[in-house]
Amino acid sequence: MSPATPRPATAAAAPAEASTAAPAALGVEGLTVGYAGAPVMADLTLEVPAGQIVALLGANGAGKTTLLRTVSGLLTPRSGRVVLDGEDLSAVSVEDRVRRGLAQVPEGRSVVAELSVEENLHLGALWKIPARRARRDAVEAMYDAFEPLSRRRRSLGHQLSGGERQMLSLARALIAEPRVLLLDEPSLGLAPRVVAQLLDTLRDTARRTGLTVLLAEQNVTSALSVADRGVVLGLGEIVADAPAADIAADPALRHAYLGF
Amino acid sequence: MTTPAQRRRAVLVRSAVCTLLAVGATFVLDSYANYQLATIAAIFCATAGLTLLVGLTGQLSLGHAVLMAAGGYGYALTAAPLADAGVEGVLRILGGLLGALLLAGAVGGLLGLAGARLRGPYLAGLTLALVIALPAISTQVPALGGAQGVGVPFEGVPDALGGVVSIEQWHAWVAVLVAALAVTPLALVRSGRSGLRMRAVHDDETAARLAGISPARVKTGAFVAGALAAGLGGGVLAVVTQNVSPGAYDLAFSLLLLVAVVVGGLGSIGGAAVGAVLVVLLPWLIDTAVAAVGLPSELEQRLSGNVAVLVFGALLIAVTVVWPGGLSHALGDRIRSLTTRFRPSRTVPQQLTER
Amino acid sequence: MDRIAFLLATGLARGLVIALFALSLVIIWRAARIVNFAQAAMAVVAVFVAFAVTALTDSFWLGLVAALVAGAVVGYAVERWLIRLVPARTPLPGMIVAIGLVMVLQAGIGIAFGPQHRPMAAPFSEQPFTVGGVPVLSPYDLFVLLVALGVVGGLALLFNGTTLGLQMRASAMAPEVSRLLGVRVPRMVTLGWMLSAAVASLAVLLLVPTELGLNAHSGDVLFVHAFTVAVLGGLDSPVGALVGGIVVGVLISLVTGFLGAGLAPIAVLALLTLVLLVRPGGIFAVKEARTA
Repeated sequence: MSPATPRPATAAAAPAEASTAAPAALGVEGLTVGYAGAPVMADLTLEVPAGQIVALLGANGAGKTTLLRTVSGLLTPRSGRVVLDGEDLSAVSVEDRVRRGLAQVPEGRSVVAELSVEENLHLGALWKIPARRARRDAVEAMYDAFEPLSRRRRSLGHQLSGGERQMLSLARALIAEPRVLLLDEPSLGLAPRVVAQLLDTLRDTARRTGLTVLLAEQNVTSALSVADRGVVLGLGEIVADAPAADIAADPALRHAYLGF
Repeated sequence: MTTPAQRRRAVLVRSAVCTLLAVGATFVLDSYANYQLATIAAIFCATAGLTLLVGLTGQLSLGHAVLMAAGGYGYALTAAPLADAGVEGVLRILGGLLGALLLAGAVGGLLGLAGARLRGPYLAGLTLALVIALPAISTQVPALGGAQGVGVPFEGVPDALGGVVSIEQWHAWVAVLVAALAVTPLALVRSGRSGLRMRAVHDDETAARLAGISPARVKTGAFVAGALAAGLGGGVLAVVTQNVSPGAYDLAFSLLLLVAVVVGGLGSIGGAAVGAVLVVLLPWLIDTAVAAVGLPSELEQRLSGNVAVLVFGALLIAVTVVWPGGLSHALGDRIRSLTTRFRPSRTVPQQLTER
Repeated sequence: MDRIAFLLATGLARGLVIALFALSLVIIWRAARIVNFAQAAMAVVAVFVAFAVTALTDSFWLGLVAALVAGAVVGYAVERWLIRLVPARTPLPGMIVAIGLVMVLQAGIGIAFGPQHRPMAAPFSEQPFTVGGVPVLSPYDLFVLLVALGVVGGLALLFNGTTLGLQMRASAMAPEVSRLLGVRVPRMVTLGWMLSAAVASLAVLLLVPTELGLNAHSGDVLFVHAFTVAVLGGLDSPVGALVGGIVVGVLISLVTGFLGAGLAPIAVLALLTLVLLVRPGGIFAVKEARTA
């Protein structure tokens, strides 16, 4: 099961591994997604240019999670497509999208509760770095970047605090050096200081590596403080798409869709 | 939207009509067919309860055969002393059935307590162990008579009907009436508030608890209700076959009951009836066909029994994969789409009756 | 005293085979979070293949290899072509399909091979050694012991020491998250089924020489015993399966020896009930909810 050997992928011919150098642009075109009869979004089109951090904002139920899950492949859209760096991902499985450089930190506590911090990190790096020594180096690099985790290596997922878990989820997603990162409400249930730290680390890493980030958040201020652009979703539609600063400064928009 | 009273009346009417039809049928069927009808009615008692248990509360019990056995033993252990005491006829039958209810209810209650606390595979495993232990239990408890089982006093045709009605027909009447008695309450439960509660618990236990429903009580209740019905079925089977022994209530039989409810349609009383017919008639049809083909006797021996099991296993798989609702749903949809075409603008579908 | 020593030794030997089968249940639980009710029937099919190979080649060892390979193939086939078709939102459809599979397999074997028990010779003597006049384990029992220990050791190594094992565990614990980390979850699940079926086949193969012989129902009682063991030891724990297997084996042996063979199924039922209701977690369970 060595992930290093190239395998013929699904319909689209695939590169064996994503190159870590080139930042990638993410796009969705004409996306229509629904659950069992009820459409959540219709004909949605969105561009996340390479190397940018885009905040996806909106109230609960606006469709943020649905959008992210469709991009990562967990949901199949009724129509429309997801495009990564020019490649149509429609026929590509979840695992293969990850191998093309797409990473996601899903909503909620996504660390594997019964595995240790160390195991969680190794798990995230496995497909990219099959060789044990190189992988151990990558894990150590993550411990350097996320210092609190290095003190909790052997702790099991469910023994970590909320902030530590979110940090682990992020580290685990970053360890494979993705080109596009999707984050679903990383601030949920965390103290403001912890949120700020997390997002700062995220922004620094993204700037350094040219990572493209789509950040879904209900915590508008925090999100807009690290993002380049903001996209506001309301009932499955884009109601605003503008530089982050502009959105932060627009009271009408904030009242109508962001609740303050 | 129908009112609870309307739904209750619908169930009672349906029950009465089916009972009358069945009793009427006994006049045109030959004696073996009447025997089969009696068997089907007895099994229906068990499948009706099992389909509610599996279909509405999602609990898988592989031990429904044991509940029927409990009913059978309960009947035999009550009817025999009654016979010795000189009690005859319908009175003795009723007494025996009461015994069946008591024993089956007790066993069902215990199983229900376990079922309420255990998740799917664990309950299934426990009931599996129970079925396999039944022969041993029957040997260890002296009153149960070991492998030969307990004899059941012969219930002859009462003098009032003597000569008009054959013995098989009489047994078929008893079976059909008892089945009506056993299944109608289940149908009422299903279409009423308890049925809703069962479904609520199955769909989402936490939500149900928040709504004030106790999942443990509902699950145990479902078990006991099904056990009582199965017990009556076991009692009837005891009357029809005049014997209760562990060999008749083995794992294969339990699986047959499961096949009946899955193929007929989980959660549907009508489906339970269809399933009961299926598991009694299909093996008989297959055996007749195999015998008619006239194969060398060794091959015929290998086929007998096995072909029916093979077909049932395949049906179980096919229905679960292709038609999760079972036959009754597949047909029910067809019938419903026909009737709605002719019904004047009645909008809201009844969630509480079918399905 | 002699009696007890003998019964203990017999119980140990019997228990090891049960433990091995219980290990297969642990594997599939760790890989796919289900209890496979068709495990015994699948294993019996593989052992029939082994039987044929042994009959052709006159070699038990080739038969053993055949059992492992056939078991893996059966596991692959069932997972890939049957289980994947089953809606998995609740465990119920999976269980029903497994039961259907049992019926199909057992009836199929019955039609193809008839009901007779086919005896199989053990590769080592089944005559027990005597220590100070007391019969203890036979060479065959020791062989089974070695095999069981080897499998436990191998599994421990696989699941806790290799990246493959890590992926398999993660796939079962958190399939969605694992997919988002690039783990090929469906492949891991298939692998788990193959491994589990191979070990189950090994267990049934080792059981047959000690019984009347092989037939369609050879695995039924073993499944119930192994299920009890898995519940006792915790479905998540290989060590629990080993210890639990020995405990159950000894229990059955003692009950049979002192109270008669008829009571053994009741003893197993009582033990199962006791564990399920009193200590739901099993003795070695890592973490797992089996109550509602």
